Amino acid sequence: MEVKFTEEEKNYIISIDGDLDASSSIKLDKVLAKAIGENRNPILVDCNKLDYISSPGIGVFTSHLQECEARNISLVLYGMNDKVLKVFRILGLDEIIPITKTKDEAKNRAK
Amino acid sequence: MIHSIRISCLKNNLSRVRNFVEGALKQHAISPIDINLMVLAVDELCANLIIHSHKCNPKEDIEVSVSRKDNQFVFEIKDESAPSFDLLSYKEPDMQEIIAEKRSGGIGLILVKKIMDEIQYERSGSANICRVSKRLAP
Repeated sequence: MEVKFTEEEKNYIISIDGDLDASSSIKLDKVLAKAIGENRNPILVDCNKLDYISSPGIGVFTSHLQECEARNISLVLYGMNDKVLKVFRILGLDEIIPITKTKDEAKNRAK
Repeated sequence: MIHSIRISCLKNNLSRVRNFVEGALKQHAISPIDINLMVLAVDELCANLIIHSHKCNPKEDIEVSVSRKDNQFVFEIKDESAPSFDLLSYKEPDMQEIIAEKRSGGIGLILVKKIMDEIQYERSGSANICRVSKRLAP
């Protein structure tokens, strides 16, 4: 699993490539925690190449949600495949975390 | 048909378990979304054992098997350790609690309970067997 970040205008984009599981989630956690610590806003997470997610991967997002809210940072996930989206839906997280299909929609959704 | 795999207790081996379960299920007419959910539930149970019961000790191992009975898929995860965590009596938190407490733990077991239809535990000698099953529409 690889995590990369790029900046597009004011958008901070974190791209995940591969499987987010118990062995790889720590990498994403570090990148996201750093972005939040630097008050990057909005933070958009590109999930186009995210093939698989299990609970530690989901946990990276849930554990930082309050901090994002406290700092007024918009966190938007986009480009999930149907398998990954289903996992967020089962947990009801699609009602809590903004998730869009495309990057443009994610940019519009961000405050 | 029964397929099984034995892995040492390293988190890196979770991808092997997933490939194994996916391969076993792909032989049947099951949607990719349902395959992924079953793969996920088995991954969560194995991760729990590897991390909590075996402390990622590569000298210890767990065995996973998949079998099918009509339209029911049964997954057995067998290990030797102190009696493992009892999912049946575990009252899982809800997502709001997890978010409020800035936690990341507990989500895996919520997923297993939501995905699988049945969960059983059995102690056989020094082995723990966790058996979960899912019934799919025929």
